[in-house]
Amino acid sequence: MTAERFVRYSKPAVFLACLVPMGLLVRKGITGHLGANPIEVITHSTGDWTLIFLCITLAVTPLRRALGLPWLVRYRRMTGLFAFFHGCLHFMTYLWLDKFFDVHEMVKDVAKRPFITAGFTAFVLMLPLAATSTAGMIRRLGGRRWQLLHRLIYVSATAGVIHYYWLVKADVRLPLRYAAIVAFLLGCRLVMYFVDRRRQQARPMEHAEQLP
Amino acid sequence: MLVKKQSDIRSSEITPQGICMNRRKFLAGAAAAGAVAFAGRAAGELLAPGRAWADGAKLNVTVKSQFSTTEKMNSLDEVTHYNNYYEFGTDKYSPAKYAQALRTSPWKVQVDGEVLKPKTFDIEDLQKLAPMEERIYRHRCVEGWSIVVPWNGYSLSTLINVVQPTSKAKYVQFLTALDTKSMIGAREPVLNWPYSEGLRLDEAMHPLTLLSFGMYGEELPKQNGAPVRTVIPWKYGFKCCKSIVRIKFLSSQPSTAWNMAAPSEYGFYSNVNPNVDHPRWSQATERRLGEFLKRKTLMFNGYDQVASLYNGMDLKKYY
Repeated sequence: MTAERFVRYSKPAVFLACLVPMGLLVRKGITGHLGANPIEVITHSTGDWTLIFLCITLAVTPLRRALGLPWLVRYRRMTGLFAFFHGCLHFMTYLWLDKFFDVHEMVKDVAKRPFITAGFTAFVLMLPLAATSTAGMIRRLGGRRWQLLHRLIYVSATAGVIHYYWLVKADVRLPLRYAAIVAFLLGCRLVMYFVDRRRQQARPMEHAEQLP
Repeated sequence: MLVKKQSDIRSSEITPQGICMNRRKFLAGAAAAGAVAFAGRAAGELLAPGRAWADGAKLNVTVKSQFSTTEKMNSLDEVTHYNNYYEFGTDKYSPAKYAQALRTSPWKVQVDGEVLKPKTFDIEDLQKLAPMEERIYRHRCVEGWSIVVPWNGYSLSTLINVVQPTSKAKYVQFLTALDTKSMIGAREPVLNWPYSEGLRLDEAMHPLTLLSFGMYGEELPKQNGAPVRTVIPWKYGFKCCKSIVRIKFLSSQPSTAWNMAAPSEYGFYSNVNPNVDHPRWSQATERRLGEFLKRKTLMFNGYDQVASLYNGMDLKKYY
């Protein structure tokens, strides 16, 4: 089977797999297994999965380079949009269940509380990425500009981790784990950047040697 | 003594435990609207009936306290499956799972320091020091949630009067047991173990301050601090000390576990105060477990009778 056909046929399966965390949460809700503070469970779960999907999305480029599987990029939009999906739900639980749609209170919160500021930043930065995720938008923006814009995911993921780190009371082990993963994935990009630059610098030399 | 305190909620509004569970039904409906949801929930309940834990022995509760609120109590299931007890893990669900490993019998509590009659009590003797009361208190966590719990115990002042503090005694320190064999959370340096808390002597002497041995008429479940804990209803929950092994009277203010972890966030007093925010989040509102909408947090958690303890004190400074 060609990579093209594999991607095409596996996409629905990947899509369904991405729905599993939400499905499990809904099932817990239906069967009354969300515990004593269901709203907290919903908030934490959607927040966690936003970060996880951001990490998966950030892992695509390093993985396709390391494994030599360029077609992995074909799943990236989907995982990115699932990060946005969970981010939206996470934001909605906050706006609805915490602030009861009091936008004025929300604005005060965003201005006053660093962990909300960080979380809100992470969410807002995902908006243009989701809005420009279509093929049409890529064309309209042009590949280079689109790519530049979508580097905002680096900031969004970082802000997301800071948001988590700042909200826990004492046990920072879990946020630090996310921090390590995001740092590693961003570090990979730094390495790729330098490797590419070396290669580019090396190329003119090769040509020079070939001159008669 | 059966003096009924005037209440803001009529007793007809108090909902029995079973009906509290209706919240689940509501959530279920919201999550998946319609008949499918209700069928699913019914099936879920058949598969997972009310969770149980080792049944606590019944306590001989003889006094209904005048300090009790008439607000709707939380269910035993809620109160025993949503706990902060970092010695058994930092999430709310770990204590119910892991605390059962703690051995609470035999148990001794050493009471010493600036007292005329220091004594080490066997837990059975400590229990018998005064008639066991039922006190239904509001309990507000610094994280912004609250519960209503029927505790069983007696005023800490009873014990204090037995050991007779000297004139030098100004503070009381409480220490939680530290048994890293059973306390899997205490193997990690999340807090400065053993967990320690403290009160000013006049706070400790206040009749509201409870030395608790049980709740819902039974001995304390282990995740709630068996076999003995303090309950200080006008302070944030972490000011209560669970599974106490030592009570020490001091002339100077003791350090406390959360204050050592983050001095700017958790002060020595930590009175419930809607006007003094946690540096990272608001304390103006709280979510009562089982309720959908948040409610306003009350000054001193609604226990205004303690206000005189803090006359002339800037509670923004002494948070």
